[in-house]
Amino acid sequence: MTSLQTIEVSKSYANHKALDRVSISVPSQSIFGLLGPNGAGKTTLIRIINLISILDEGEVLLNGKSIKTGDTSLIGYLPEERGLYKKMKVGEQAIYLAQLKGLSRHDAKKKLKFWFEKFEIDSWWNRKVEELSKGMQQKIQFIATVLHEPQLLIFDEPFSGFDPINVNLLKDEILKLRDNGATIIFSTHNMASVEELCDNIALINNGRTILEGEIGEIKERYRTNIFQVTYQASKDLLFDNHTFQLLETSQKNGHKQSRIKIAEGSSSNDLLKQLLSQAEVNAFEEILPSVNDIFIQEVNQSN
Amino acid sequence: MNKIILIIQREYFTRVKKRSFIIMTLLGPLLMAAMIVLPAFLADWSEATEKRIAVLDETGWFFEKFKDQENISFYHVFEDVETEKEAALGKGDHLLYIPLTELNIPVNAEIYSNKQAGLNVTSYVKTAMKREVENRKLLASGIDPEVIKSSKANIVLSTIRVEEGGIEKKSNTEVEVGLAIFAGMMIYFFIFMFGVQVLKGVMEEKSSRIVEVIISSVKPFQLMMGKIVGIALVGLTQFLLWIVLTVVFLGIIKFGFLSGGDVAGMEMLEQNQLMQAAAESGSGADKFAMVAEIIDSINIQAMVLSFIFYFLGGYLLYAALFAAIGGAVDHDADTQQFMFPVSIPLIFSVAMSGVIINQPDSALSVWLSMIPFTSPVTMMIRIPFGVPLEQIWLSAGLLIAGFLATTWLAGKIYRSGILMYGKKVTYMEIWRWLKYKH
Repeated sequence: MTSLQTIEVSKSYANHKALDRVSISVPSQSIFGLLGPNGAGKTTLIRIINLISILDEGEVLLNGKSIKTGDTSLIGYLPEERGLYKKMKVGEQAIYLAQLKGLSRHDAKKKLKFWFEKFEIDSWWNRKVEELSKGMQQKIQFIATVLHEPQLLIFDEPFSGFDPINVNLLKDEILKLRDNGATIIFSTHNMASVEELCDNIALINNGRTILEGEIGEIKERYRTNIFQVTYQASKDLLFDNHTFQLLETSQKNGHKQSRIKIAEGSSSNDLLKQLLSQAEVNAFEEILPSVNDIFIQEVNQSN
Repeated sequence: MNKIILIIQREYFTRVKKRSFIIMTLLGPLLMAAMIVLPAFLADWSEATEKRIAVLDETGWFFEKFKDQENISFYHVFEDVETEKEAALGKGDHLLYIPLTELNIPVNAEIYSNKQAGLNVTSYVKTAMKREVENRKLLASGIDPEVIKSSKANIVLSTIRVEEGGIEKKSNTEVEVGLAIFAGMMIYFFIFMFGVQVLKGVMEEKSSRIVEVIISSVKPFQLMMGKIVGIALVGLTQFLLWIVLTVVFLGIIKFGFLSGGDVAGMEMLEQNQLMQAAAESGSGADKFAMVAEIIDSINIQAMVLSFIFYFLGGYLLYAALFAAIGGAVDHDADTQQFMFPVSIPLIFSVAMSGVIINQPDSALSVWLSMIPFTSPVTMMIRIPFGVPLEQIWLSAGLLIAGFLATTWLAGKIYRSGILMYGKKVTYMEIWRWLKYKH
């Protein structure tokens, strides 16, 4: 089932096209990575989904229906440029933000108690925001984003400014939120976290979607049929035909390591057979392209 | 709708709970009252106690003319200056020494005292001596002082404005001028003070980066209007509290004035006596009654209502523009280039107040009170002098149209501006924002 869908969304500013017929579709209860270089249009798209900006053409569907003003309470949004009222007390502020999302004061308080205990920050309730460190403020912002239990969560660069401990905390929470039924869109430059968290990704460059799909399937699509073998042998590997191409060999801890490309039509088993006759094989694996590689390759190509 | 009320609440309560608001609210009326009472109080400082004055009158002309006053009593002494000075000062009294001079008519006198002789003493002595000298001069030239006295005329010029329906109203230009200046200044001050609060509030939201979080829940226009309305309510609260506190304070003074038992009342009384002694013409009580009558003749209710209307109208007009500026700029320093052109009409209308007071019905005054950017200050200056009703309606209508227009315009600038960081904003840029479709 699709939670959120954009259909041919376009948006222009005075002299440039920020989005050009962008279509993405986010399956429900999954984590969707929105990738792209700076200025690609990610934030513009996210703002359009949040009804902060209005699209010129196209349509945004939430649960199959055109998105409307009242739907903002179904969305939790943590923008890239985020902050809090510095002079306001933490508790009051969190209640205020929750009320703006449609929670009653009473419910907001109850839920906040739960989250504050979970993050062990009860003692901050009556402190002014300006007294807290940046990392502490980020925790509050995260709580304020998820408090009203929205079905769609949008995080724009959620990990920027977090220390590694909090990054892990955040990752765990994001995974838990998905397991509890939420759909999550997040945009980031941190490719490692994309591989770790995302079920689906879309790559945007210059306002266009250049790649979209399930992450495993994309990796499959970009497989280069290169295998890495770790082995012990007295002689160098030798292949008699052009089916297998030895790319490079290196020495590592008394083992040899080679990368071999298999031509179309052959299988890894054929390669393995050849290897077994020449060497003592310790490890054998396919080198799949990282999201990072795909990202760089695609962006360069589309430019 | 519910959400805009939440925003208004936050804007209102965070400001009203601030210490600076409470201090301003209490201090305003107190300062005002202090301005009225303090001079009298200071003059009265040394005069609260009974003063005795020894009079060494070598001319023999004056002693009879000194009559005991409420806090001043006179007694006659006859020894030489040095002895009497010592004697009088030793008792804590004053010595008034009127030496015999070569001149036919003595015009010099000296008062010796430990402390500065009070204003009531000096002015009484001076007045009494002056009257006596004048009388003697007249007699010397063969004129009966009684004739002069009876020929003295005290002109009280009452200007009476005939309003529609033939209702005559006594008016007094001096009081009206005072009121006009006061009302004009107050409205300028209020619009600026609370307009700048809107600007600061918007800038705070932008620079703390909370604005995008908020507008993912509410429309930017709701956020802007919530802030403007919330701060308007703060302004009204302050204004109403000032009125209430001032009325309470005046009530206390009035009560004291009638009963005569209150300290403040005593001071007012002293003040009146001073006026009486100094002015010689008419009694202080009469003047007080006259001022009260004039204040009554000016419709205070209409003044307060039109103040509230023109404050709200002018504030809404300017606050929207200030909100737009706050949304557009990144840093405090950048606000100047936009603040200046926006506030020029407001400052201009204050600068023109003298011209308007001189000719409240001139074409210039009428025009300035019609243009929404200048009408709040100008109209408040004109109202004490009487403004035809149709002009007020027209000006009010234009003001409402004016703030609807600036709010619409500001909404567009604000909306683009609040999400724009790290970009030096120019007029060209703002012009582009106005054309964006949101």
